[in-house]
Parts: sequence; C-alpha cells; structure tokens
Amino acid sequence: MTTDAFPALSLVPKAEALQTAKDFKSDQEVRWCPGCGDYAILSTVQSFLPDLGLKRENIVFVSGIGCSSRFPYYLDTFGLHSIHGRAPAIATGLATSRPDLSVWVITGDGDALSIGGNHLIHALRRNVNLKILLFNNRIYGLTKGQYSPTSERGKITKSSPQGSLDYSFNPVSLALGAEATFVARTIDSDRKHLTEVLTAAAGHEGTALVEIYQNCNIFNDNAWEPLKDTDTRDDLMMRLVHGEPIRFGKEQEKGVMRKADGHLEVVEVAKVGLDNIISHDAHAKDPGLAFALSRLSNPRTLENTPIGVFRDITRPSYDRLMREQIAEVTESQGSGDLQTLLFGNDTWAVS
Amino acid sequence: MSKQVVQLNRVVIRFAGDSGDGMQLTGDRFTSETAGMGNDLSTLPDFPAEIRAPAGTLPGVSAFQLHFADHDIMTPGDSPNVLVAMNPAALKANLHDVPRGADIIVNTDEFTKRNLVKVGYETNPIEDGSLDQFKVHPIALTSMTVEALKEFEISKKEAERAKNMFALGLLCWLYHRPTEGTVEFLKAKFGKNPEIMKANLRAFEAGWSYGETTEEFSVQYEINPAPMKAGTYRNMSGNLALAYGLIAASKLSGLNLFLGSYPITPASDILHELSRHKRFGVMTFQAEDEIAGVGAAIGASYGGALGVTTTSGPGVALKSEAIGLAVSLELPLLVVDVQRGGPSTGLPTKTEQSDLLQAMFGRNGEAPVPIVAPQSPSDCFFAAIEAARIAITYRTPVFLLSDGYLANGSEPWCVPDVSLLAKIDPNFATELNHEAADGTMEFWPYLRDPETLARPWAIPGTAGLEHRIGGIEKADGAGTISYDADNHDKMVRLRQAKVDAIARTIPELVVDDPDGDARVLIMGWGSTYGPIGAACRLVRAEGKSVAQIHLRHVNPFPSNLETILKSYDRVILPEMNLGQLSMLLRAKYLVDIIGYNQVRGMPFKSDELATVINDVLESM
Ligand SMILES: Cc1ncc(C[n+]2csc(CCOP(=O)(O)OP(=O)(O)O)c2C)c(N)n1
Ligand code: SF4
Ligand SMILES: [Mg+2]
Repeated sequence: MTTDAFPALSLVPKAEALQTAKDFKSDQEVRWCPGCGDYAILSTVQSFLPDLGLKRENIVFVSGIGCSSRFPYYLDTFGLHSIHGRAPAIATGLATSRPDLSVWVITGDGDALSIGGNHLIHALRRNVNLKILLFNNRIYGLTKGQYSPTSERGKITKSSPQGSLDYSFNPVSLALGAEATFVARTIDSDRKHLTEVLTAAAGHEGTALVEIYQNCNIFNDNAWEPLKDTDTRDDLMMRLVHGEPIRFGKEQEKGVMRKADGHLEVVEVAKVGLDNIISHDAHAKDPGLAFALSRLSNPRTLENTPIGVFRDITRPSYDRLMREQIAEVTESQGSGDLQTLLFGNDTWAVS
Repeated sequence: MSKQVVQLNRVVIRFAGDSGDGMQLTGDRFTSETAGMGNDLSTLPDFPAEIRAPAGTLPGVSAFQLHFADHDIMTPGDSPNVLVAMNPAALKANLHDVPRGADIIVNTDEFTKRNLVKVGYETNPIEDGSLDQFKVHPIALTSMTVEALKEFEISKKEAERAKNMFALGLLCWLYHRPTEGTVEFLKAKFGKNPEIMKANLRAFEAGWSYGETTEEFSVQYEINPAPMKAGTYRNMSGNLALAYGLIAASKLSGLNLFLGSYPITPASDILHELSRHKRFGVMTFQAEDEIAGVGAAIGASYGGALGVTTTSGPGVALKSEAIGLAVSLELPLLVVDVQRGGPSTGLPTKTEQSDLLQAMFGRNGEAPVPIVAPQSPSDCFFAAIEAARIAITYRTPVFLLSDGYLANGSEPWCVPDVSLLAKIDPNFATELNHEAADGTMEFWPYLRDPETLARPWAIPGTAGLEHRIGGIEKADGAGTISYDADNHDKMVRLRQAKVDAIARTIPELVVDDPDGDARVLIMGWGSTYGPIGAACRLVRAEGKSVAQIHLRHVNPFPSNLETILKSYDRVILPEMNLGQLSMLLRAKYLVDIIGYNQVRGMPFKSDELATVINDVLESM
C-alpha cells in the first residue's frame, strides 16, 4: 500500500525504508493477563502500522489510565501514558500544534466514557486530527472489575452485588450524537476486520472513533463471545460495507429495511425482497442512518450488532482550521513584531 | 472667565456609578490622558461580579480609582481626594473611603426619591446636611447631557448614556488633561455609528465647557509630570503585560506559544488578548473545561511548544492532577493563576493571595512546583518571561501567581528594548545519550543534566529518540516503568532537588534599608509590593527606620533569604490571606513572623500598613 492512500497524513513525513511489525515492537515486556484481548489488538496494530509508511518518530500514541492504556509502552513509537480520561485533551494539544504527527489515542470504556466523557465528545465535535481506539471490555479492568458505562444493566460486580442500576452507553450512538465525522466498530480477535477499520480511520481527516470489542478474560470473560463464536456470530452480527445492502445471517437471509414510519427493522430478505433492503451509506451527510443502525443492537443479547464503518464524512479538521486562521491573519497583517507590539499605539517619551 | 490654577503634587480620583454607566471606560480614558501628561500613576478598577446587577442598587456599583502624581508612586492611593458619584448607590458604597474635606461630585438627576429608597437613604444626603464635612458639587449631569445633545437624532436613552463623557470632560477640565486622545478614541470606537460618535464628542466637550463656565468650580488643578528615567512609556495593566510576556517568552525561546484555557474571571482577558495575536503564531484553544485546558497545554509542550494554561483558583483545583502529571513527565508548562477571593466561587472580581498553598502543595504526592509572583501590573511582563525561563530550562511546570489587583490595575511602563531581553534555550535533545551494556547507544529520557538536574526534552519527530513516558514512576535515567522502592525514593528526592537547584539562578534579595540601621524588616510577595513600599516611605518620612524585601520567587526561595530574616529583630509580613507565606517561612527557617492578614478583596492601604510598622516599632 502506498501512503497516497492516506491523504489525511500528507503532512506526516514518510519512512525511507520498508517497515515491518518488528520495527514497532518496543523492548518492554507486555504485562497484560495471559489471554487478554489487548494482546490481539497490539499485534494487529504492530502489523498495521508499517502499512502507513510513516516515519516511526512521527507517530505518537497517547493513552489515559486502564489496562488498555498501557498500550503505548509496547510500541516503539513516541508514547505518552497520561492520566485517567484526559488523553483526548492532551492529544488535542499535541495534534493541534504538530501537523507533522500521526496521533493515536488509546482508551478504555471507563477512561473514555466515565471520567473522560467530556473530553471525548468535545474532541469528536471539534474533529481534531486524532484516531481514538476505544477498547470496550464492558468492565473496569485495572481496578479489578467494577461495572463500567458500557456494562449491561443488572451486571453483578464487586461494586454492584445486587446488579448495576445504570443504563449503559452505546459508544457508537454517543459518538454520532457528538458530531463525530468518523465512527466505526470492530472486534479484537478479527484481525482482518480490525486492520480494515484501522486503515479507514488512518485515512480520515479529523477525529476517528474506533470502538473495539475487547475481551477481559479475568473480570468479564466472554462478554462478546456470541459475536466471535462461529456458531452464533453470523446470526447476530451485520458487517457494514459502504454502498452494499445491509444483509447478514448464516445464509445472508436477514437484512435491514426502512419501515413506513422511518424506523429501521431487521427483516427476512425472502419475505420483503432484496429491493427493500437498504444499502449502507457511510458518507451520508445526515447521521440519521448511522445512528439508527447503531440502535439496532440489543446490549444484552448482542442481536443485530453492526460492525464496520458507520460514518465517514469530510469536514476540515480542527488543527487545519487553526493553521489556516493563523496563516490568513499573518498574510493580511504580516507576521508580528514584538517591539511594535510592546509599544502599542499610545506611548509618550520621557527624555 | 479665567480661573485660579492650583498646583498639586498628587491626586486620587474615584469614578463610581452603576455597572451600566461606563465608569471603567471613563477611568481608562482619564488614565490614558494622565499617562500622556507624564504623571506617574496607578489604577484600581473595582467592579461587581454581576454583569448588570439591578440598576441603582449597591451590588451594581462599579468603580475605578486612579492615583496620579508629579513624583513616583506605588499604589492606586488609599482614599480618594475626589469622588464622582453617578447615583445614590455609588455615593453610599464609596463614602466610607472618602476623607473629610474631599470633593464629591454627584449627579443630582439620579437622586430621586425612588433611587434613594433603593439604597436605604431616607432623606437626600445632598440636602440633609450629612455631607457637610465634604465639598459637595451637586451637578445635574444627566439632564445637562441630554440638553447638550438635543439636536442629535438619537433617543433620550442614548443621550443619557453619554453622561459619562460629560463627567469625563468636566474632570479633564478640572485637572488640565489633554483631550485629543479621547477625541481619537471616540472616533474609533463609534466609527460605525457617526451620530452616536458625534453625540459622545459633544457630551465630552460640553462637560469641559461646563467646568470653564460654571461657578461651581473656582479653581483648576495642575499636576506636573513626574521625573522618570528616559525612555518610551505606555500605560500597562497586569493581564495585558502577562499576555505580552508570554508572547515575548515564545519569541525569546523560539517555541510556539500554545494556550489551553477555560474562561474564568479575572484571568479571561489573557485568553482574549492572546487570541488576538495569531500573527505571532500564537495558538489559543478554548477548552471544554480547565482540565482539558491544562491537558492540551501539556500535549503541546510534549510536542515542543511552550504550553501555557491560564485560570484562577477554582480552575487550579481542577487542574491539580494534570499539573502532577507534568511534574512527573518533567515537561515545561506555565500555569497562570490570577488569584481571586475564595474558597469556592468566592469573590470572583476581588483580589486575594490565598492560592499560595494550593500552588505549593495542591497535588497528590510529593510534587514540587516552582512559583513566581509578579509585584506590579507591568512586572507581569517580566515575571511571565522568568516563569518561562524556569519552565523551559528545568523542564517543569511553573506557577505564575498574579491576582485580581495586578490583573486589572495599571501603571506607566518604560517599554523595554526587546533586543536586550535574554534568550531562553530550549536545548532539545537530538542525540542518543547512553551507552548500553552491549556498547550500543540508546536514549534515556530521564538522564539528567548534572548542573540543572533537568531531563532531556526529546520531542516527537526526532529520529532515534522514540521513547515512552507517563505518570507511573520511572526508573532513574532509563525512564522505564519502575515500582522499585529505592528508585521511587530517589526519584522523589531528585524532583525536589531539581526545583531546589533553581535557587542557584535566582538573584539574591537586596534589602531596601536607606538608613542602614533598621531592626524591623517588612516583607511581602506578589501584589503587596506597592502598598508595602508606600508604607515604608510613610514611616521613613517620620524619621524612623524600616527595611524592606519582596519575594518574586516564592518557590524556591532566594538563597540569602534565611540570613536576611535572621538578621532582624522583627519580621512583618502582610498578606491578603490568613498567613500562608508566614506558615512556609516559619516551617522552613524556624523564624517567627508577625503576620498582618486581611482578606477584604481589596489591596492594602499604605497608611494601614504604616500603622502596622509603627506599632511594631513602638513595641520594641
Ligand atoms: C483520577 C483517577 N481516578 C480513578 C482511577 C482508578 N482507575 C484506574 S483505571 C480505572 C478504570 C479503567 O477502566 P477502563 O477505562 O475500562 O480500562 P480497562 O482497565 O478496562 O482497560 C480506574 C477507575 C485513577 N487511576 N485515576
Ligand atoms: S484485567 Fe482484563 S483487561 Fe486487564 S489485562 Fe487482565 S484481562 Fe486484560
Ligand atoms: Mg474497560
């Protein structure tokens, strides 16, 4: 793949030599629990990064706090492991002031959606040039297993022995409501799909939110298992592909139709006819379809769970707009002279 | 009719009115004209927290005090010689500061039954004799303004609104101030609305002519220019100076300036000001909250910019965790705290020095942060550069503790020659710096400079220096995660030692003791410099001796501070808090301190502090 595939990365210097996954492995011992879904994601990211063809020193991973947020230590790029929930804010300052960097944010469901919820929604609406990978294991891993904002209601954990009372967030719906320009969902163990989604995200100008269903085998094992199990997954999960009819099921027998009242409904293709099955449009200006798709899934049974790119639209990134504003002002007024500034226009002389 | 001209050597004027009366603007204009005359001056705006409290009420009173003189002065003045009261509320709210015999100009049009009742006056103070001890000038400012503007095509309301210009014109006449600046100003301000512009100009002229013709004022005053060192001067307020200091620091270091900020009184004007200077490459980011503001600044610093965040006390509370991160990351960061009355929302528009201990200790863990405190409005410029020097040289967050008084107060400033300002070297790391056991070279992000103890600042984009850092404790040197007990103990001490080492580059304190025989030392930090200095002059003028020092660096302390403290019989320390610096000094040097502590939202008065000094002198 050539870097021309990533116009959004045009300001980031390109690597001179071909890179391999090995180039992106740091010398730090990986310390997740054996079997943790984070390993698979790390390995996929390490294999994917060479595809970008960027200078390694111009890639930065910024993370918050949580098991997932240890991620930057294991990549031989620049990395910043910050504080709980604040990675999008920190990365905003970095990405805005350094257009020559490819900036990635690693966060968890607690990090991004509880303590850092405010920063997440504002990064999304501003469209800062960040690629946010949200590792959703529906649990607080690092603090040993409390329910999280994506846990299903009624979840029994150490902090909810009678079942949690909170209604859960759907990160994709949340991001779409926050004016995100790119929203996708993928799964830790599906290396191919994860790579495709990362590739699409990397090529996007502005903020890309990628929700990654991740297994925490210690505190919330098999949370996404129905979507991974070859017996059940095809019945539960629909793969969104831009421009193609939204169909799923073992025999592709199910599809998504728009009802007379405008709502989406999962139907049997045979009953309604293929013509009535809607096609996915990730580039639609209106987020309505993407949002409606995000609402189809059942948070408990995982039925009708779409994965893939929900939305990918073009809107200038925040850092570009800021650079343009600075350039325009400098063009029209000339670059600033400190001495002139200090004098101002109301001085008097004492001799 | 030509009037008698009386020479004065100093005057304090206070303009007071309703928030909607334009008193700050009137004060600003009078200040500009006064600055242009070459007087030394000092100003103190005092406005309410509410944008527009109900008209005519005490909470809605906005005031602006200006002290100007033919000699060098240090404060905006203790009490006004002239009070301009635009309504009964303004009179009532300010009268207690006005000394007997002072002039009071009142706008009689506003002294209606209704307005008097609103502020609890049962009878009209202009008529009931309660102001007999003052020289009251009852003037129908509003109706005279409306009369002067009757030929203009503007509403009565618009005409009434120009009464502040009438008052300004009158005061300009009374004190022989030039008028060209105000004329130019009004032309520019109302350029888009010529009728309003002409009306304001006419009101201004009418006020002036009224002074000339009325019998109410038989004298006109003159205040000669103050002798000042040669140079080009301008009037400078604290927030503006601070913003300019940040731009200067950016130029001097060659680093792009990145401001992450969330609006809060009294710091917002720094955000506003820096937003106007994009031509200097300044990036301003109005964040979703204070945490994002400091977070973005840290991110920018990580990328090699000069990251700055500006706020007031409540914002600092929110930023604490992130400042701790910057301590651990050892990255340059400026945290500007324009202090206001606390706790909680407190007194947003009033001044206080009560965030010192928050700046010093308001973080989890041992997290030392250097503190610089400007001592006058224009000193905010140099203090900002000094804070940046420390932050960049030592790779550390630095607190710049301004306050509401410095932020909004102003004084003449001899504009420095920028070519004489010292450069700041960011000294980015570009090379591998450590030889591994196998002989290959590698990069250690926490390998310190032996002199400064600062770590290398290797920014993304630097080939070969890829590394990972974070808030988890790092191994000394290598910078990798380390939970080792001895290493943590060492790192905690190293971070402290680094901050302590800054003292080696701080100028030693010079005691101001003209007589050389003082046994009492008075000291302060930050904005109390003016009132303390003025108090010392008062005391010395009585033939008594008192020595003065003032701290600009509050952490670490200058290296000769202990010796100085221990060489006086008594040390007095006035603070606009309940004794925060006193506590630090007592703890560190085991010296006793006589604290003088007031938290009334206003700067100290010099005669109040002179009394404090005299009391101590007498007790000896
Ligand atoms: C200010 C602050 N509050 C609380 C914590 C404790 N804490 C660390 S990680 C975490 C939750 C992490 O959950 P998530 O983001 O889902 O990450 P995971 O470990 O599941 O990958 C919490 C509550 C902290 N580090 N900092
Ligand atoms: S606790 Fe869960 S999320 Fe954390 S490392 Fe272990 S398996 Fe992974
Ligand atoms: Mg989690």
